[in-house]
Amino acid sequence: MQMANALKKGSIYVVLLLALLFFLVPFLILLFNAFKTNAEIIASPFSLPVSISFKNFGLAMDQMKYWSAFSNSAMITFISLTVILICSAMTAHYFVRNKTRMNTMWFLMMVASMIIPFQSIMIPLVSIYGAELGWIQSQPKLTLMFMYVGFGSSLAVFVYHGFIKSIPLELEEAAQIDGCNSIQTFFKIVLPILMPTAVTIGILHVLWIWNDYLLPVLILQNAGSDNYTLPLAIQVFRGSYSSDYERYLPAVVMVVLPIMVVYLFAQRFIIQGVTQGSVK
Amino acid sequence: MISEKNTVKRIGNQLLFTGPTLLAFIAVIIVPFIYGIYMTFFKWDGISSSMPYVGFNNYEAVFNDTKFWTSVWLTIKYVAASVFLINTVAFLLAYLVTMGIRGQNFFRTAFFSPNLIGGLVLGFIWQFMFNNFFTSIGEKFGWELFSKTWLGNETMAFWALVLVTVWQYAGYMMVIFIAGLMSVPKDILEAATIDGTSGWKQLIHMVLPLMVPSFIVTIFLSLQRGFMVYDVNYALTGGGPFGSTVMASMHVYDKAFQRFDYGVGQAEAFVLFFIVATVTIVQVYLTKRMEVEA
Repeated sequence: MQMANALKKGSIYVVLLLALLFFLVPFLILLFNAFKTNAEIIASPFSLPVSISFKNFGLAMDQMKYWSAFSNSAMITFISLTVILICSAMTAHYFVRNKTRMNTMWFLMMVASMIIPFQSIMIPLVSIYGAELGWIQSQPKLTLMFMYVGFGSSLAVFVYHGFIKSIPLELEEAAQIDGCNSIQTFFKIVLPILMPTAVTIGILHVLWIWNDYLLPVLILQNAGSDNYTLPLAIQVFRGSYSSDYERYLPAVVMVVLPIMVVYLFAQRFIIQGVTQGSVK
Repeated sequence: MISEKNTVKRIGNQLLFTGPTLLAFIAVIIVPFIYGIYMTFFKWDGISSSMPYVGFNNYEAVFNDTKFWTSVWLTIKYVAASVFLINTVAFLLAYLVTMGIRGQNFFRTAFFSPNLIGGLVLGFIWQFMFNNFFTSIGEKFGWELFSKTWLGNETMAFWALVLVTVWQYAGYMMVIFIAGLMSVPKDILEAATIDGTSGWKQLIHMVLPLMVPSFIVTIFLSLQRGFMVYDVNYALTGGGPFGSTVMASMHVYDKAFQRFDYGVGQAEAFVLFFIVATVTIVQVYLTKRMEVEA
């Protein structure tokens, strides 16, 4: 019996370690090769680097305007997220506490809209804000953030809505008796209670906005490389990369790195947040 | 007077609390959705000021666009393969990392890590894997399978896309399965063990039926993402070799933004939307009927 158990445990580890290999090898290969020269990479992609030099990292970062792209990505993610988290919470709260026919209709429309894939409205979106209104040409980054708010609100309102229903109304009534108006009640009483839910929504949205490619490429592509986000900036190497791995691979590492560092410290929250957000 | 003041206040509150969200929602989703329907009845190149009405010509063009239907059929095959593999691998991993072995949190963290990176960068990483790493292995060990890059061969490029998709989403679906496995009541499994039911039978007859709610979510998510795949497709194969791996989203993108045929492109986008909506609604309906209670 003990033998059988040990055997079973052993085989579980074998399967898990094989899976681990499959999941981590691409990252390790990427990391090793980022420190090599073109000649070394082509000679053997699995040898360890001869020396650790960050020279190519510097060159790659200059070529893709890394810090400009990084700050664009950070700013766009941060501002869109803040607006989504606060405005959607207010909206969801208002919907739960004022169940008029109109509010219910809006809420159902937002929930239903989540089934619409981005690709099925990207063409009219670009036509309206590009050719018709000209916002994409005049204010590309602002337009992009506005669109993230539009696309991100449905999920946020939906998740908040589910949680706000469980907050006792007495809490808010007590605050109003003490003289809070509805805005004070929301910001002093409701919003603090919503913090854990906000973290869940925030994690889902950060992963989405930070890594998004299709929407930024449609909005920012013609706006000049100073406006690019990280996924767009790395395109500089596309076309030339087949021969120029020594620049391209360090660039990929630099794009992957920020989110991996965050993951290292907040993995528990991130996995929890993603689970809660998707099961709802 | 008081009631009038109250009405003003109420409208003010409604606008303050719901206005910004609804404005963005209407402007970014509702208006483009409706305008998109309108666009399918016009011919437009994205630039010119004339936009002639063409009736149902665009839809007719969709039905005659063999390239579109090839891409749809390819997408369906890709979705079938990746949904099946993602869910199988994810469930297996979830099952193994909830058995209480040492280091299971580390395994979970590692398996989830591809989800932190966008499809575009994942595609680039794997492109390097296929073009350099695997071919070097093939050379070194004389493996026929890796002797040439997968991305240069039509069939293998398709499977490369499936493989990367499984790599990308298996960890994500795994965490959803873990949440489901945690909520399977332990007492009924213990009762079954006492009655002499083997672990394998418990898995098939007790755990799997109780996991249906998780499967509803994971199949739904993998179906939806599979049908709309763009980033990985663009970054890994770019539709090649010889346009053999152009999925539906890429076809729609190219139709509108490369060939400047907005009307037909939008009509195809809607056809795609109807396919995805139908498939996912049918899936949720069918899998919901399989739900049981412990």
